[in-house]
Amino acid sequence: MKNTGRLPNIRNLGILLRVLIIANSALILVAYTLSTDPVDFFQRMAAISALAQPMLLGSLLLLYGCYPLIIRLNYQQGLVATLTLVMLCTLIIYMLFVRLWVFDDLPELSRILFAAASISAITLYYFNLRYRAQSPAVTEARLQALQARIRPHFLFNSINAVLSLIRSQPKQAETALEDMADLFRVLMADNRELVPLAQEIALCRQYLALEKLRLNERLNIQWQIDNMPPDAMIPPLVLQPLVENAVYHGIEPLASGGTITIQIYTRLNEIHLVLKNPYSTQNNRQHGNKMALGNIKERLALHFDLEASLKSRQEKGEYAVHIVLPHQKQKH
Amino acid sequence: MPMLNILIADDEAPARNRLRDLLTDIGNNHVVAEAKNGKEALLRADELQPDIVLLDIRMPEMDGIEAAQHLQNLSKPPAVIFTTAFDNYAIQAFDMNAVDYLLKPIRQERLEKALQKARALQPQQLAALAPLSPRKTHLTITERGRILLVPVDDIIYLRAELKYVTVRTAEREYLLEESLTHLEQEFEHLFIRLHRNCLVAHAYILGYEKRSSDEHGEKQWVALLKHVPETIPVSRRQQHLIRMT
Repeated sequence: MKNTGRLPNIRNLGILLRVLIIANSALILVAYTLSTDPVDFFQRMAAISALAQPMLLGSLLLLYGCYPLIIRLNYQQGLVATLTLVMLCTLIIYMLFVRLWVFDDLPELSRILFAAASISAITLYYFNLRYRAQSPAVTEARLQALQARIRPHFLFNSINAVLSLIRSQPKQAETALEDMADLFRVLMADNRELVPLAQEIALCRQYLALEKLRLNERLNIQWQIDNMPPDAMIPPLVLQPLVENAVYHGIEPLASGGTITIQIYTRLNEIHLVLKNPYSTQNNRQHGNKMALGNIKERLALHFDLEASLKSRQEKGEYAVHIVLPHQKQKH
Repeated sequence: MPMLNILIADDEAPARNRLRDLLTDIGNNHVVAEAKNGKEALLRADELQPDIVLLDIRMPEMDGIEAAQHLQNLSKPPAVIFTTAFDNYAIQAFDMNAVDYLLKPIRQERLEKALQKARALQPQQLAALAPLSPRKTHLTITERGRILLVPVDDIIYLRAELKYVTVRTAEREYLLEESLTHLEQEFEHLFIRLHRNCLVAHAYILGYEKRSSDEHGEKQWVALLKHVPETIPVSRRQQHLIRMT
């Protein structure tokens, strides 16, 4: 989020994707305008692509390589540098085509340079607009509004459970109150910075200890986190609201209880969080669930843009949420 | 004041213990039983005839609102005091209809006061609470002074007789004093009206067959059902339903 300056971070997957979409849309538009029928359109598209794609990809590669240098410049210098690099790359590839005699009817160099400059300018302008729409102030405000809220249902039931322990098991009541204090400290904290995954797990464990007090043997948890990177950075309160949902919608409606499975692993530099709980179709309390998911989804998008995703599905009496986010290590 | 017999219904053990502690402090009462869900509460209440049921709203199997509806079918309906940690909709409905409820964590004074003025729910209060538990999971059937609970999912068909509705499950038949139209409205997601006097559960229909009926020798569509040998005739007006399936 911090590195989304007015110049696009070309090393971000989401940004790369957007550049490709904008540039290719322009190519398609050109092919469509020139074409006379669908067959002609595809032929033109193929011809234009053969010429333009290498230039596009080459430019992106060059920008990718030069990115650390570009971000040291101010915005104006950055713009000039970016445009110069694109022109340079286009020119080199054009020369290469001329030298190798790949195309028999190459358009004039000046036209190609003009097209490349136009598309680059449009793209840069788009990112400038997008940056202003998502300026830190706006993002911060949205993150603040999205602060996770705990269910009042949970709060009052937990206090009730602690009250019942005070006379018979004062030690257990103490632990429960300590867990509750920790939980609320996190919930009321300023939750805009990323936290280590291990911290979120600890929070979930404290929350589950409180729920276990109320639900006892009805609540079973299976942690599959042996391959988890504990130092990976994630937005706070990504997992806890999901666990809370799983208890509320999955376990509480079942007289004999059930098992919540929490699975965390890394694959290809991505962290996968998978949470599963039993789900009975009979239960008619579904509102609230969508809200928590929407909230988490939006916070993931603010932190990681297109690189993070949240999917949920339900089948055969099971409900599963699957979150994927990039593996960011703690900065020292 | 006579000793009050009290039944506690809550799915969470700590919540039940807490109520027990408070009731001991208040005195002049006796906890006759504890129940872990609405269904258990109902069966215990039928058996033990408590004066008051302390009924949690959100419970598995059968929630408190549905249990309260069924409790009124008992020969001697107990007074009901709802308990809840948080349930906006229910609390609004309780306030509007002067229904007794206690918010968890429950205070001793509040509980004491509620016990003093507790009384059975009135029909109009029950009607007002019905929408809070839109899909009943059971039907209560009174048989020789005892309450029987029939899970709605077990019902194969409901057939209107002269004064009653016959409730058919795989095991046996029950008689219920209720109108078929009312049942149809309540369980429209589960049953289909194949005949003027019969509602059949979607889940138990095996298929349809054209058979000649004895009286006129005319052929008629009948529905074949799982678990029971009898068939249900499909009235002419409902035959379009067969084509849809």
